[in-house]
Amino acid sequence: MSAFFDMGGYAAFVWPTWGVSFAALAGLILHAVLERRAARAALRRLEDDEA
Amino acid sequence: MLSYFSNPQRFDQLARTLIPIFGGLAVILLGVGVYLSFFASPPDYQQGETIRIMYVHVPAAYMAMALYAALAVASFVYFVWRHALADTAAEVIAPIGAVFTVLALFTGSLWGKPMWGTWWEWDARMTSVLVLLLVYLGYMALRAALEDAQQAARTGAILAMAGIINLVIVKFSVDWWSSLHQPASVIRFDGPTIHSSQLWPLAVMALGYTFLAGWLILYRLRSQALRRRARTLQRKREQAARAREEAVS
Repeated sequence: MSAFFDMGGYAAFVWPTWGVSFAALAGLILHAVLERRAARAALRRLEDDEA
Repeated sequence: MLSYFSNPQRFDQLARTLIPIFGGLAVILLGVGVYLSFFASPPDYQQGETIRIMYVHVPAAYMAMALYAALAVASFVYFVWRHALADTAAEVIAPIGAVFTVLALFTGSLWGKPMWGTWWEWDARMTSVLVLLLVYLGYMALRAALEDAQQAARTGAILAMAGIINLVIVKFSVDWWSSLHQPASVIRFDGPTIHSSQLWPLAVMALGYTFLAGWLILYRLRSQALRRRARTLQRKREQAARAREEAVS
């Protein structure tokens, strides 16, 4: 198990690579979801005013 | 087909269908990709465990380039046929492409240090990818700086199309100049030169990245449609208010 995390002595390079990659992808997804939420809320406000 | 789906309603219908499919495929492929990358592929005979960096580095670099090509095509379609949807697509693609470019540079650096002995070298491949990032950022800054939406779209489209030159330089930089970076080993005329035990995780991860990018683009395009509807409503309201004021005076 610890051999797995050690990555043949290259742990300091392999894990940050994967960590940052997945964090960035998660960030892109989160941004898209928040953008959708904000857009929907803004539209709803305008439509409620209309009614 | 292009003109068929340029109709906003039909496009929305198509996007609604594709978004869950792309999302599901991305999750499955990335899950399988992680498994293959860590548990079903051997360490490289020269590079040892650092080969596992390849499984996220190459897909990121490939997305950085593919998304730039998509940005340029969308810009071209907007420039020639004035399809608003193509312009919105370009606008939405740019920041996603920029993030993948940052990832390609970052993961490349973390791979370069143990294998080449340096985080960075001003050679043709690395420099041209850095220029690719600057083109993405320049494109976004240009659009943000121009207040007139139409002008932003048209000027942005010209910049995006001109930037294709750099994309070609990125692709062939490893052949034209001597570079620390290895030449192409997957997309080449005589077929891939890497072993299948490494090609599989790479291909699955690259496909996962592709569907994730597709999901992001379609999802964001639908959000932009909502924003456009809000803008139209707002404008109508302002016009009505102005008309009332004029009637009173």
